[in-house]
Amino acid sequence: MTAPAATGLPDPVRAGIAGGWRVVDASALERDQILDADVAIVGTGAGGGTAAEILAMAGLRVVLIEEGPLRTSSDFRMRESEAYADLYQESAARRTADKAIGIMQGRCVGGGTTVNWTSSFRTPAITLETWARAHGVSGLSPAALAPYFARMEERLSIAPWEVSPNENNAALARGAARTGLSTASIPRNVKGCWNLGYCGMGCPVNAKQSMLVTTIPAALDRGATLVTRARAHAFALERDRVSALTCVAMDPQGVRPTARTVTVRARAFVAAGGAIGSPALLLRSAVPDPHGLIGKRTFLHPTVVSVALMRDRVDAYSGAPQSTYSDHFIETLPPGGPMGFKLESAPVHPILGAITVPSHGASHARWMRELPHLQVAIALLRDGFHPESPGGRVLLQDDGTPALDYPLTPYVWDGVRRALRTMAQVQFAAGATRVMPVHGDGTAYATWSEAGAAIDDFALAPLATPVVSAHVMGGCPLGGDPRRAVVDDAGRHHHLANLYVLDASLFPTSIGANPQLSIYGIVAKLADGLAATLAPASAGGPGASAQPGPLPPADL
Amino acid sequence: MVTRRTFLVAGVAGGAALAAAYWLRERRAPPTAAGAQAASVDPDAQAIMAAIIPVLLDGALPSEPPARAAARDEILRDAGAAIRGLPPIAQRELAQLFALLALPPARIALAGVTSPWADAPPAAVAAFLDRWRDSGWKLQRSAYDALHQLVFAAWYGNPRSWPAIGYAGPPALGS
Repeated sequence: MTAPAATGLPDPVRAGIAGGWRVVDASALERDQILDADVAIVGTGAGGGTAAEILAMAGLRVVLIEEGPLRTSSDFRMRESEAYADLYQESAARRTADKAIGIMQGRCVGGGTTVNWTSSFRTPAITLETWARAHGVSGLSPAALAPYFARMEERLSIAPWEVSPNENNAALARGAARTGLSTASIPRNVKGCWNLGYCGMGCPVNAKQSMLVTTIPAALDRGATLVTRARAHAFALERDRVSALTCVAMDPQGVRPTARTVTVRARAFVAAGGAIGSPALLLRSAVPDPHGLIGKRTFLHPTVVSVALMRDRVDAYSGAPQSTYSDHFIETLPPGGPMGFKLESAPVHPILGAITVPSHGASHARWMRELPHLQVAIALLRDGFHPESPGGRVLLQDDGTPALDYPLTPYVWDGVRRALRTMAQVQFAAGATRVMPVHGDGTAYATWSEAGAAIDDFALAPLATPVVSAHVMGGCPLGGDPRRAVVDDAGRHHHLANLYVLDASLFPTSIGANPQLSIYGIVAKLADGLAATLAPASAGGPGASAQPGPLPPADL
Repeated sequence: MVTRRTFLVAGVAGGAALAAAYWLRERRAPPTAAGAQAASVDPDAQAIMAAIIPVLLDGALPSEPPARAAARDEILRDAGAAIRGLPPIAQRELAQLFALLALPPARIALAGVTSPWADAPPAAVAAFLDRWRDSGWKLQRSAYDALHQLVFAAWYGNPRSWPAIGYAGPPALGS
């Protein structure tokens, strides 16, 4: 068997810790902690990470709260058995309330950016125009955001992937071309990428320019404090302000809270715990919500899967996992009509493959023995752009943890059926000998006409048709009208003067594309504004700011 | 054809059955401080898992008895570890599922397995899994998915499974 990975490669995060970064592992606390800061940021993913760098560079004292562990490239051994349990929410087994949709979300320092597949798209213009037209959003036009996207693209080395796609993606491009669908190359946030294919388990060579190796180190270099294994429990409110944030320390496995707490007192508070975590934090805090908006309109890009058997090897576990996409059914199905979807590929590692292939026993074993020959297409459905696509709702369970109730409506199933048909057609055009649209007991088909006819008859239903999501958005929408939006156009809560939401929960709809660059760009713009509000004289950059003041020592 | 009404009734009855089974279990064996770990260490849960593993993985496990037994033990070990890493509410749901399936009346009526799990013939276990896989009752269908995910993730995350599926493992880094 292959030897463990990553020996002797640089690990800048461990080096930073050795060099004196302030990092506190709350699971090891022996007494309660109180921290003082200018800004407390809950969450270290695309939103929290981006905000942390901008605010710290403005000379503000920043405390970052992360529920998950700090893991670094030295820990990333490209093993699914370790990565899913360690780096993902609920061991990557998070599901919607009725268990019909599986949700993969990061839970570690860097959040989703540590484990995503690096696809980096600017927010589609049609999405931003819909927000302005139908959701009362101002200030986020394509032109207004362009400089922020450009800045974050440069910061995170985002550029089209010029290396040849792996066969998993090449087959998508080939099949799409033969079906008359346009495709393009996916921009990726990588620098010196080894083309390994294990982005979802944490990049072992620090090529992926995640928050873990870019903005968070920059913030820590500027004196920010990072508290890991701490779950933000609730904000304490005083009149129209947040006065403190209470966090509970988690045990070393991240399963249960310990008896220890971490309290952060700050001038401003930023919720950036993702579109399930942020609404849940606001709900637990009982922040003013006169129109009952918090947690509603939560979107997922519900995603369906089609598995193809190819004559030649695909080795879909190897090489950049996503490098080709087709927006044909996004561009030709505008908002207000039938549900559009984006076509991409998904990597096929043994666990991901095994839990995706339906049923069990001999048929399951046969598909698994073909692992090197499997090509997997996915369709990400664009939710939130139609009255019959209102998304889901974040609820609190009896222990205060969130659950997402997301009804799959007939409108969504119509999109699912068209997506499954399209993927089968593309895969046969690419040379598939069998195609299994993932549904029911996993019957496979030998021709496109056979598959298409079967898909037309599928009894699509929750649980009978597996649906997955890796993109959670919405639940704290921004906009100028407090009757329709939780936060204003600056990202500030409509009723609390010093509470900001800076993550994907801001989005009034889904994005219609992998959302990380949307989060980076929009949060960069809003965090610039927050920095100017809190430190007007020093928002220009590193040279202008005061050094951060001392904080209580970490009790490690 | 299951109507919406019968579906709802079945759902409520299923929820009540789960709660009753769990309550009976708790009475029978008072929970320890680590009560929610029961699902992974409970002997009844072990027996159920041991019965379904060879059926779910029919055609995938090694055929030689010692290697087969070792594989099963490692799946039990790794699935147990996976359960212990889940949030407390998910652990509780799994504990309820195993408690329900361990009760003879539920095992017979809901799973259709007439012998105790330790003696259940593979054909009966297979019929149970097929029926729950195709069930229109969300409780059975989602329980099937949970068992599917637990067992397949435990086996295919194990390097022992990789040669048979042509996966060479992660690439070696460094020189």
